[in-house]
Amino acid sequence: MADEKDRQEIIVAEFHKKIKEAFEVFDHESNNTVDVREIGTIIRSLGCCPTEGELHDLIAEVEEEEPTGYIRFEKFLPVMTEILLERKYRPIPEDVLLRAFEVLDSAKRGFLTKDELIKYMTEEGEPFSQEEMEEMLSAAIDPESNSINYKDYITMMVIDEN
Amino acid sequence: MGCSSSSTKTRRSETSLRAALIIQNWYRGYKARLKARQHYALTIFQSIEYADEQGQMQLSTFFSFMLENYTHIHKEELELRNQSLESQQDMRDRRDYVDLIDVPDSYNGPRLQFPLTCTDIDLLLEAFKEQQILHAHYVLEVLFETKKVLKQMPNFTHIQTSPSKEVTICGDLHGKLDDLFLIFYKNGLPSERNPYVFNGDFVDRGRNSIEILMILCVSFLVYPNDLHLNRGNHEDFMMNLRYGFTKEILHKYKLHGKRILQILEELYAWLPIGTIVDNEILVIHGGISETTDLNLLHRVERNKMKSVLIPPTETNRDHDTDWKHNKVGVTFNAHGRIKTNGSPIEHLTKHEWEQIIDILWSDPRGKNGCFPNTGRGGGCYFGPDVTSKILNKYQLKMLIRSHECKPEGYEICHDGKVVTIFSASNYYEEGSNRGAYIKLCSGTTPRFFQYQVTKATCFQPLRQRVHTMENSAIKILRERVISRKSDLIRAFQLQDHRKSGKLSVSQWAFCMENILGLNLPWRSLSSNLVNIDQNGNVEYMSSFHNIHIEKPVQEAHSTLVETLYRYRSDLEIIFNAIDTDHSGLISMEEFRAMWKLFSSHYNVLIDDSQVNKLANIMDLNKDGSIDFNEFLKAFYVVHRYEDLMKPDVTNLG
Repeated sequence: MADEKDRQEIIVAEFHKKIKEAFEVFDHESNNTVDVREIGTIIRSLGCCPTEGELHDLIAEVEEEEPTGYIRFEKFLPVMTEILLERKYRPIPEDVLLRAFEVLDSAKRGFLTKDELIKYMTEEGEPFSQEEMEEMLSAAIDPESNSINYKDYITMMVIDEN
Repeated sequence: MGCSSSSTKTRRSETSLRAALIIQNWYRGYKARLKARQHYALTIFQSIEYADEQGQMQLSTFFSFMLENYTHIHKEELELRNQSLESQQDMRDRRDYVDLIDVPDSYNGPRLQFPLTCTDIDLLLEAFKEQQILHAHYVLEVLFETKKVLKQMPNFTHIQTSPSKEVTICGDLHGKLDDLFLIFYKNGLPSERNPYVFNGDFVDRGRNSIEILMILCVSFLVYPNDLHLNRGNHEDFMMNLRYGFTKEILHKYKLHGKRILQILEELYAWLPIGTIVDNEILVIHGGISETTDLNLLHRVERNKMKSVLIPPTETNRDHDTDWKHNKVGVTFNAHGRIKTNGSPIEHLTKHEWEQIIDILWSDPRGKNGCFPNTGRGGGCYFGPDVTSKILNKYQLKMLIRSHECKPEGYEICHDGKVVTIFSASNYYEEGSNRGAYIKLCSGTTPRFFQYQVTKATCFQPLRQRVHTMENSAIKILRERVISRKSDLIRAFQLQDHRKSGKLSVSQWAFCMENILGLNLPWRSLSSNLVNIDQNGNVEYMSSFHNIHIEKPVQEAHSTLVETLYRYRSDLEIIFNAIDTDHSGLISMEEFRAMWKLFSSHYNVLIDDSQVNKLANIMDLNKDGSIDFNEFLKAFYVVHRYEDLMKPDVTNLG
């Protein structure tokens, strides 16, 4: 019993340090606050993948009563620790991602055209902004065929992250 | 049929909605992690940059130590200093410098006509775009004339704006000529209608410091009332020794470089401390402290501030005791610049010196209060309360400063009262940051303009740019790590009770932070720096894989090599200070005496005999003198080639 508690404490302590590190990188004024627009980046850099909707809710949880545009570390830490402990918002496995592309590729060609990708990403789900769309296209689209071979794309991205 | 087909449709659109959501979610996660990696790289660059500056400041304590115990002044230099009146000095400059150098007919570069006009500015810009080099004769003449005019200027220039005459404020340029070209392209050349303030740090780091300085000085000479130059912490000959400007000059001007350096030293000290716009905006390079006294700063004799590394000595010193010999009976020939003699009026008081340091080196921070700037080693960190206090005290509305690289080229803090403006884009690496400038006009809010110099590589997608930055940052971080190898191993082993060769990530991070003194996100960076086994433990010796310090000679002991590599920048500066005639050589005795001082002051535990042995080996032609540039160049780091190319190299198992 005591051992389990100790182990838990160590894990929590480690999470705290990890969260602090990630937070501090965006704490430009070194006063334990970050711009609320960076919260999504911080949470994702810690390996979690909340949707935009889930992110919105999380921000509401860590914001001040009267939103200041800044999030304080004291409020962020407990919320983020719980997310890590409960292993919430797990990242998307490679095969699930591949399946998602295959669903959109109804004709099973192995690729999506640039226009199709744009349509899906900007009209469905939680639509991309123009900037996000352009960013994705710049790396994903093969300029010669004007399409994305999604299997190759995924492989490339996975290597990139590791 | 109708029902089922519509329900199929709904199902299909639901699945495609879910699929789109998955892809979007995944992509946003990927993009965020990319952004975080970019920030980590920037943090690495910044930490190391400031740690280097701290090293520079620490060197000043060493110089004081040296001065107090071992300096001996060359009699001739002493007489020379005491004799010359200012006007005599000026005439001497002209005779000694400019007039003695002829411009050969074969010279194809730009030829300036004094007195200078805007034609000369255009001429220079065109020439530098073609990568031509301005002849030393013109360089010296420009510097000499600039110094003459600067001497007439007060410590703070007061300027007024109007709707038809806005002023443009630019921050650090650091020798990045393309950024200056871009600014002039977007914002127009300086003129009576288009005034500029350049807020320091024109030189060092970039490859075209002298070209930038020439353009700024020539523009200043043509429009002395509309082109304003503030001194930055890099307008300091000691900083130039460490950060590249000195090397650039000696490389581009092999024959006359030394003369250029000499006159540059004097010019720097005459640069104004700051600019005040419309009596309400203070423009200075670094920042303020809670004791900043603008009245004193208006009065101080700014030209006595030679370098951050030459602090004022106590004014109640007994001059006769300056003639000391060190314990080994060898006397040092320290350059006249760092000697202690002279009446107190030759120097600033300690208080005055600190006031100027604060202006050139301080950084704003979110925390209230005023704290020593431990990151850089000089100046302070000042909080919003200090800003309010000082601005109110002098009835000012805003502080515009530079000194810190910002990803967007500018940053506003302290409730809108402090603006940082930084004009060198891609400062650390391609894609690291934008540059920016501000346009001010009384009665309107400041307008910010951003830009980024794009070379072919910059059109790459974000992930490639982040890769480049990341590789660069990790590379310099690993060089830091290898330079502290012995200390790190000792720290690791202290934690490794079971002698397993492994530590938890936490223990490893603790050691790294403590020994290297860099506040970095070690856990997030660990996968780039060490091998981690399946259990998540760090194989700490892998911190040193694929990188080693090249030994200059086989016989040299590794610890010695490591120490010399670690301090090579400091040693370079010390050698340069000792080398009075810029010959590049110091005597064996000087080397030994200097090393004794250095090792005792920096607490370096290296056997004297080892150093002697090394020095003897380095004295290649056995004439009792060491070419210290060769000596220092011999210590460098070798990265294993593959490590640099593939971002995903892992040496697991």
